[in-house]
Amino acid sequence: MAPVTAAFAILPSVYSNHLLLFNFVVFLTLAQGVNVIYGFTGYLPFGYVGFFGAGAYGFSLLVMHLHAPPVLALGAAGVSAVALGLLLTPLLRLSGAYFSIANLAASLAVLHFISNPNLEPITRGPYGVSLSGVFNPDLAYSIAVAVMAFALIVVVYLRNSRFGLALQAVREDAVSAASAGVDVVRVRVYAWLISSVIAGFAGGVYAWYVSVFYPETVFGSDYSIFAIVFALFGGVSTIIGPIVGVVLLYGVYNFIGFSTPQYFQLIYGALIILLVLFLPQGLISFVKRRGVDVP
Amino acid sequence: MSPDAILRIDALTKLFFGFRALDSLSLHVARGEILGLVGPNGSGKTTCINVVSGLYAPEAGSVVFDGEEVAGLSTHKLVHRGINRTFQVPKPFMHLTARENVDVAIAYGRNPQGEVDAGALLASLNLDALASRPAAELNSAQQKMLDLARALATGPKLLLVDELAAGLNPAELDWVAAKLKDFARAGMSIIVVEHLMGFIEQVTDRVVVMNAGHEIFGGTLAEAVQDGKVVEVFLGGGHAG
Repeated sequence: MAPVTAAFAILPSVYSNHLLLFNFVVFLTLAQGVNVIYGFTGYLPFGYVGFFGAGAYGFSLLVMHLHAPPVLALGAAGVSAVALGLLLTPLLRLSGAYFSIANLAASLAVLHFISNPNLEPITRGPYGVSLSGVFNPDLAYSIAVAVMAFALIVVVYLRNSRFGLALQAVREDAVSAASAGVDVVRVRVYAWLISSVIAGFAGGVYAWYVSVFYPETVFGSDYSIFAIVFALFGGVSTIIGPIVGVVLLYGVYNFIGFSTPQYFQLIYGALIILLVLFLPQGLISFVKRRGVDVP
Repeated sequence: MSPDAILRIDALTKLFFGFRALDSLSLHVARGEILGLVGPNGSGKTTCINVVSGLYAPEAGSVVFDGEEVAGLSTHKLVHRGINRTFQVPKPFMHLTARENVDVAIAYGRNPQGEVDAGALLASLNLDALASRPAAELNSAQQKMLDLARALATGPKLLLVDELAAGLNPAELDWVAAKLKDFARAGMSIIVVEHLMGFIEQVTDRVVVMNAGHEIFGGTLAEAVQDGKVVEVFLGGGHAG
């Protein structure tokens, strides 16, 4: 965890494409957020971007209307995402694909709610948000690295705590987990909210960094899909898996993805299907099969 | 009825879309007693255990455990009060190690005697050599023992054992029977659902025979086989004579 954080703290001074670095940090954060909810509870959140967007708008509303300082507005980003998470807790009654579909639908509903032209006085509707007054990419980048570190700390905690073990037990068999004394509903909701706050912070710091964006930008389904593919590819319910996934796949994407993006969407779609069917534990499982315990 | 019953079920009814899986079932279990629950397939034995352990909420009737009404409480709350169980088809956490399976129950089970030692518990059920293996790699008998270990880790006052003996070899059967008797001697009450009558005879103090969701007999197994109604249910009316 520390090496990754340190690397991304130092890299801007030796590598000039700061936007690319920032995107790496955002995806490392989101992939760990997906890891929390999918890796530890088994819910695959196809609408995960909803929390990212909620965070971006929570941040923007506070900056636009209350002229709040960005760091304070980041708190609002987290609160907005958690509020959306609480609103969506009934989805946890669904399982498997039904949960994923309902979650996707919920994120689209939030997108269309926020981009409603009638809400222009509040959210700027479909015309997008401009936060040029607080534009400060260097500070925003540093905070993004801190948010990523927070996400990593959460996953380290889940890997090593009783709470994380209880979540995995619920993922394996909810009835047996209840028989072990675990309050299944409560631990699921906690994991859901933890994963939503991670995406909310990421969304808030993204809004700060780019300062100008449209609803479609921060609610784009690419964020959900990328974060899920990266986490699945590397291997969920580990700390290293999602990091490996982001570095490899997002690295490849940036090398050749810009020239032919349509192929990448095709490849990523196919990857999700193949990974879920044949390699649910990701690349990490090749190492695990040799008896190595991967953190 | 014994005044010192740990569990007292009265007029318990459970419906599945109109089918009366439990039809006004009444029974009790004394402290430290091993009660056998027997009856033909579909007579409601497992449903009874599922209701008592909180997997299903009953439509009517009462379940009084340790002096308090507990019908309809969720499973984890019942576990904390001292009711635990094993499953007919074992349900361990497949991708977790045997030790982690027990660790979850130790961490969340609120055992009134304090946290048990996972290693010692696994060793007492001959699982110590498998502690660091994923539960999925254990055979069916070992998974049943792991289910039992998870239940024991929570320190139950009432243990519900659903077909623990099925699939065990004779040596294992004797060993499990001795284990259950040891638990009862230490004060634990146990309900054993089982088709193997030899095992029932070996471990139980008393049996309740069920048919169509209702109890039709209570007493020792030796008395049960003399009972006309029981014989009719098991062998069919034409043969009962």
